[in-house]
Amino acid sequence: MKTILVIGNGMVGYKFCEKFVTREEKDNFKLIVFGEEPRPAYDRVHLSEFFSNQDAKALEMAPAAWYSQNNIELIVDERVTDINRTEKTITTVKDREFAYDYLVMATGSSPFVPPIKGVEKEGVFVYRTIEDLEGMLAYAAKIKAVNPNAKAAVLGGGLLGLEAGKAVMDMGLEPHIVEFAPKLMPRQLDSRSSKVLQLKLESIGLTIHLSKATNQILGDDKIVGMEFGEDDHLDVDMLIISAGIRPRDELGRAAGLDVGVRGGVVVDNAMKTSDHNIYAIGEIALYNQMIYGLVAPGYDMAEVAVNQIIGNTDVVMDKEIDMSTKLKLIGVDVASFGEPFMPASKGHSIIFENKTQHLYKRINVSLDGKKLLGGILIGEAADYSMLHQIYLNSMPIPQDPAQLILPVGDGGAVFGDVMDLPDEAQVCSCESVSKGQICGAIESGAATDLTGVVACTKAGTGCGGCKPMVKDLTEATLKSLGIEVNDHICEHFDFNRQELYSLIQVKEYQTFNEVLDNHGNGGHGCEICKPVIASLMASINADTANKEYAIQDSNDRFLANIQRNGTYSVVPRVPGGEITPDKLIALGVIAKKYDLYTKITGGVRVDLFGATLNQLPLIWKDLIGHGFESGHAYGKSLRTVKTCVGSTWCRYGMDESVSFGIQLENRYRGIRAPHKIKGGVSGCIRECAEARGKDFGLIAVEGGWNLYVGGNGGANPRHAELLAEQIDNETVIKYLDRYLMFYMRTAKPLQRTAAWQERLEGGMDYLKEVIIDDTLDIVADLEKEMQTLVNKFECEWTQAINNPEMMKRFSHFVNNEEEDDNLVFVPMREQKMPEPWTS
Amino acid sequence: MNMEEILEKYDTTKLEQVNFWFKAASVKDFPIDGGACVKYKDRQIAVFNFARLNKWYACQNICPHKMEMVLSRGMIGDDKGIPKVACPLHKKTFSLEDGENLNGDLTPIATFPVKIENNFVYIGFSE
Repeated sequence: MKTILVIGNGMVGYKFCEKFVTREEKDNFKLIVFGEEPRPAYDRVHLSEFFSNQDAKALEMAPAAWYSQNNIELIVDERVTDINRTEKTITTVKDREFAYDYLVMATGSSPFVPPIKGVEKEGVFVYRTIEDLEGMLAYAAKIKAVNPNAKAAVLGGGLLGLEAGKAVMDMGLEPHIVEFAPKLMPRQLDSRSSKVLQLKLESIGLTIHLSKATNQILGDDKIVGMEFGEDDHLDVDMLIISAGIRPRDELGRAAGLDVGVRGGVVVDNAMKTSDHNIYAIGEIALYNQMIYGLVAPGYDMAEVAVNQIIGNTDVVMDKEIDMSTKLKLIGVDVASFGEPFMPASKGHSIIFENKTQHLYKRINVSLDGKKLLGGILIGEAADYSMLHQIYLNSMPIPQDPAQLILPVGDGGAVFGDVMDLPDEAQVCSCESVSKGQICGAIESGAATDLTGVVACTKAGTGCGGCKPMVKDLTEATLKSLGIEVNDHICEHFDFNRQELYSLIQVKEYQTFNEVLDNHGNGGHGCEICKPVIASLMASINADTANKEYAIQDSNDRFLANIQRNGTYSVVPRVPGGEITPDKLIALGVIAKKYDLYTKITGGVRVDLFGATLNQLPLIWKDLIGHGFESGHAYGKSLRTVKTCVGSTWCRYGMDESVSFGIQLENRYRGIRAPHKIKGGVSGCIRECAEARGKDFGLIAVEGGWNLYVGGNGGANPRHAELLAEQIDNETVIKYLDRYLMFYMRTAKPLQRTAAWQERLEGGMDYLKEVIIDDTLDIVADLEKEMQTLVNKFECEWTQAINNPEMMKRFSHFVNNEEEDDNLVFVPMREQKMPEPWTS
Repeated sequence: MNMEEILEKYDTTKLEQVNFWFKAASVKDFPIDGGACVKYKDRQIAVFNFARLNKWYACQNICPHKMEMVLSRGMIGDDKGIPKVACPLHKKTFSLEDGENLNGDLTPIATFPVKIENNFVYIGFSE
């Protein structure tokens, strides 16, 4: 067995391990990895996220356990200090010696600190490791305590510098960017795009200082400012240096390996250094006289080194390395690909610029106008994936290349179908996944959906920039194979909701397991089919959510609405919005007793927030004692029937809207449907109850009620449509019974009435024929079914608190009476709220 | 307490690592094909009675997505045969066998061995 030592456990060092363990030959080797940092490899590309969530674990490439599971020995917090090439051994800082057959150097780079006077002062940081970030956070907290308006500058306006600028903003300091060059991101952007980016960044609060050479750092022990020239300085309380990187080549240098003039261990296209048992990959490797500071080429180098070591010596690094990149910098899309700047002798540039929207797009095309050579996108980079592919694969471009970047409809057109790409087109450059591999994963049957494709190919798991394209390719491939997207509710049933409705009704099933055992696919259910079947059984048998509570959705399971921190809110029913002063006082008293946050809901009820699981039954005992009952705010069921005050008080009222609203709310309360149902009753055409924005709405007119159906607010507002005019109360109830029952029988899971109605073939005319003219000969059944549900109604909270077996579930712990000790509330406007999420 | 500190309390324990079985509660205190939360010292452990498989599972109660103590209140089921739990807050799903996040790339959750003796549920820890 041969031994491979990997020095460096950064992203590229990790990637080497990941690629290595997928090979059959791995069993012939022993792999030991050394990292000088105290933790396993983490994702440095997304380092600035640490500032918003301070979760080092979330950045991990793989947990420490992954290495042992794959028989890799990971030694962290131990720097390698020496390589002895003749003995083929290395020595660590703890004076331990290890022998190798192959040595892989993946030591990466360190931040370059320019020799500026005063750079050693307290408050000056570099931006590279989690430890650097922790130091910055501690320092920022300290200076903010003294001065809440403290400022921090970033030295360097390149890619990493702008990332660091985001970190400064997240720390709550006033951010300044100081750049030596006359433009931002000088290596990737031209002057005009840099100007657009600058405007955008300034608009969100960064101050940008260009063409500034820093002479010295001011202050006694700690930094108080930066001096650029005589009478030109900037007061800052903290400085983050991000002025480029230097390869960590000191080990290689000391061992006598060939190194470049400006650093980096020289490698050939097999990633071998001048010693053929030693490989170098990532930011330490000098290939083509270049250091490649991007993740994708680093990963490619890891792939080459793995292949070389296991004997696939014909796998080598490409000559040309694509440095295209797309990023989100402080929320701004920035992308460049191919040759971003191009001399006029080589081709023509087409530029689209809109400073009012901070948009800039430039493409460079060959002199004959037939090839795309490169480009820059600022502010909006949705087209990046397609443009990048057109460039990489030299695909034909439109006669008028401007169409590639003009907004659609402005002479621009949607150009390029993903399926036109050649199979070898690299779609995911982080993981080197081609279009052929993505489509192949589906064609071979290895994957049947997007999740499967990502799992098989790893496409989209790096920077994620290619995800939209992976999704398009997946869908297009499925379509080309004639695979129809079926409406089966989930993987456990080959039936849609309507089919299951009939099965449960006809066979009179009573439990989830009966349905699953008789009609399932042999699985055990999931969070999709369980609530659907729970809802169907409620719609058919009037079962309450107490009966089989473990198959109920999150809210139904505990008869309350689960909120952000895992506590619940409680909404008692207030039919039609009518409430006596005594009951209103009772709500206040109970809310106070349990220290609940109180708010009037959009459906004019009172919502009490912040109840723990253990408190729910106590609160409900009190509420029921004062004559309240469940409001079903937690269910896919009737919520409120909103009413205006109507003819009992209003001088314009045509009918008693409150009385009728209460009657309807009490009739349909507790009934489970595919989605929530809201109603409204207005006493005249002024429509104060906004009844046409509800699933069913009534408006009093001369001679009776107008009945509207299929409205809703929400993300896609819809006005309800007129089903019948000038009808009396009994007819309203008859039609509503039929309408609601027909909807409950035939809609898809979680489909509101508006969406269901819209998709009915034949539309409103058909609906009127079914409901009013009874063309399907079903209305008698529909009315009978609804009446059964109405008769069987039972308040499920009253049911629960009177049954010790049902009550068992309202306890945070099964083995003691304590509350969840993880809850933290903070004060807000004389009430309270859960502590904000940090992730 | 910050998230790091909370998460550090939960490390997957393999059966062969168990050196202490905590007697949690009676079998009948757990719902059929559902879960409940057990407190052990300062830890919250979600325990599931997967009756359809005739198996019991235990994992951390905290969901790594938003760091709330809620997993025991989630629905269980299977994803192409892998037993799983779905977080009640945003339906992130995790394998009950190895803790992997099945519908995303969240950190895996820690899992613990469970044994049943004389109708009592025991959770295995390595201390």
